[in-house]
Amino acid sequence: MTTLSPIPSPVVQGNQIPRKRLYGIMAEFHDPAALMAAADKVRMAGFRWWDCHTPFPVHGLDQAMGIKRTILPVLVFGAGMTGTMIGFCLQAFTNAASFSIWALVWVTGYPFLISGKPLISLPAFIPVMFELTILFSALSAVGIMFLFNGLPRWNHPLLANKRFLRVTDDRFFIVIESRDPRFFASRTEQFLKDLGAKAVEMVEA
Amino acid sequence: MSSLPVNRQTALPGFQESDNTAENPGVRAPLVLNMDRFGQVTRQVCQVAESKKPPFAWYAAFTISLGLVGLLGFCVNYLIFTGVGVWGLNNPVMWAFDITNFVFWVGIGHAGTLISAILFLFRQKWRTGINRFAEAMTIFAVICAGLFPGIHVGRVWLAYWLFPIPNQMEMWPQFRSPLLWDVFAVGTYFTVSFVFWFVGMVPDLATLRDRATGRIQQFAYGLFALGWRGSNRHWHRYERAYLLLAALSTPLVLSVHSVVSFDFAVSQVPGWHTTIFPPYFVAGAIFSGFAMVVTLAVPARQLFGLKDLITLRHLDNMNKIILVTGCMVGYAYSMEFFIAWYSGAVYERFAFINRAFGQYWWAYWIMVSCNVITPQLFWFKSIRTSIPIMFALCLVVNIGMWFERFVIIVTSLANDFLPTSWDFFTPTWVDMGTMLGAFGLFGILFLLFCRYLPMIAIAEVKATMPQADPHWSGYAAHDDHGHAGGSAQPSFASPDALRSPGSGPDGGPSAP
Repeated sequence: MTTLSPIPSPVVQGNQIPRKRLYGIMAEFHDPAALMAAADKVRMAGFRWWDCHTPFPVHGLDQAMGIKRTILPVLVFGAGMTGTMIGFCLQAFTNAASFSIWALVWVTGYPFLISGKPLISLPAFIPVMFELTILFSALSAVGIMFLFNGLPRWNHPLLANKRFLRVTDDRFFIVIESRDPRFFASRTEQFLKDLGAKAVEMVEA
Repeated sequence: MSSLPVNRQTALPGFQESDNTAENPGVRAPLVLNMDRFGQVTRQVCQVAESKKPPFAWYAAFTISLGLVGLLGFCVNYLIFTGVGVWGLNNPVMWAFDITNFVFWVGIGHAGTLISAILFLFRQKWRTGINRFAEAMTIFAVICAGLFPGIHVGRVWLAYWLFPIPNQMEMWPQFRSPLLWDVFAVGTYFTVSFVFWFVGMVPDLATLRDRATGRIQQFAYGLFALGWRGSNRHWHRYERAYLLLAALSTPLVLSVHSVVSFDFAVSQVPGWHTTIFPPYFVAGAIFSGFAMVVTLAVPARQLFGLKDLITLRHLDNMNKIILVTGCMVGYAYSMEFFIAWYSGAVYERFAFINRAFGQYWWAYWIMVSCNVITPQLFWFKSIRTSIPIMFALCLVVNIGMWFERFVIIVTSLANDFLPTSWDFFTPTWVDMGTMLGAFGLFGILFLLFCRYLPMIAIAEVKATMPQADPHWSGYAAHDDHGHAGGSAQPSFASPDALRSPGSGPDGGPSAP
């Protein structure tokens, strides 16, 4: 049995010697106005890995944080158009085609000739095309939103924090993560205190 | 921000109400009463799910609903094991209670989507008090609706023929049929409504998760909260997605009842083959749906102590919508009659005279008196703001709208082109039992929802409070308030500080 050499302890910055790895520093605010003003300053200070946490979307906070508009609507438009095309192809194939394709199993189209109506009766195909457009757009809007947000994620350092429990009730938080290049535990802590936070707390990873 | 006066009024003993219906164009009327802190809203909504026991009336309603679900289960099984002959259907009345109930329940659902989507696009902030349980109502109503065509196909085990699934017969559904459009419309409607409801609920489930004390609650709410932590970067995409869902649900909801009306309008049966059907059905659906929302909201707010969140103003607004849509429905009824005469089509003329004066005259006049005459009472503000009267009127509207679908479906089929094939439809006990049972199914789902899930959109209600505005400075003075030009730390506001933030004199961060 070979023994591995002990893992060197991480280089500790400043005078803080955290027992566990530090996720970041959290500052608590009691109302949206204070949060907004603080968020403005955190952005100005040049931090990148930081976030505000609020019980409800605060109007104007996106601008204060400098969040760029999401490209979600563009992707949803693409998904919607995919739905339209699938709706058309599904109906044109199943009701008007007489050839076979392989879609997990071999399937064959069936040209429904009813009352001499054209095989590709576009007006009659519109309701299903429309519904599939909506279905694909709506599901992709939600799916892509959660994907970009990194949700579902049931374990997160913030969720383990007692003080953070009130983020879904009536408290507003700014969290600066330790991976931010400008993060420096003691200074960042002081910086957040100076922003008028009601409480500042280290969050363990 | 000043607010309008809120007067106490007593309609009946035990029905103390805060009246916030006064109008002043210069001031926003309060939508949340007797509360000025976010935490109060959280507690008010969460106490329902967190209380050890629900009120007695909840148990009573649950027991009744459970009994009705038993009846439904029995009737449906009896139908499946015996055949659709146990219903009162005959030739030519091949659609009766089943499709009446289907259209009725789909229509009920429409108010929920209208509130959650259309009122959202119109920035109607009062929707936040009622949207959650109206959306829940939509979902449960669509479940009840889906039941009926499902069992009415007769051979339930072949219901998969409705979907384009590769099968051994190498056959496909006929996509030119409105009945198939219905499958896609209602299927999409249910899926999108469910997703909309769930996405809206995620932040509130997180609230319940964070407040939960029991292990089971923590796990269950935590599971469905998906790890939501109120991040503003998440909120940004969330609000975009929510707006998109609202924008997608709006045409969807209009299309669903239009497609339902195509089931009739695309056929050639006199009384069905009319172009007014899609808008007429949509207006009727919203009319009946809002009546159902009021019917549910009145006892729910009373029972669970939510009068400060579902205020008299919310109810007043809904009653106004009932009045408007009731007028549209009345207009559609008269226009149908006019066009039947004006078209000169013999069968069409007969169909409408037969509706009003034929063998189902009573159903027609129940429909007209409940749907056209009754809502006119809502012109009076005293009636719009009286809890007992609005509850009674909305029940009447619900009954009227059920009869509307019955009149459209049954009178047209019973007396169509050929008098020799005319017949009279009489419901059997299985018809009745299935109809009542569906109300039980709806009731049970709704009661469970009220008990265990956030009945009001907590996050959205908070966002409509004046305190949520970052420019509001009510209970504390904020020295550090203001953008960029804040005097507390001027160094961060200057362009120099932007370029080299680490050089700030007050201990700002510097790169390691």
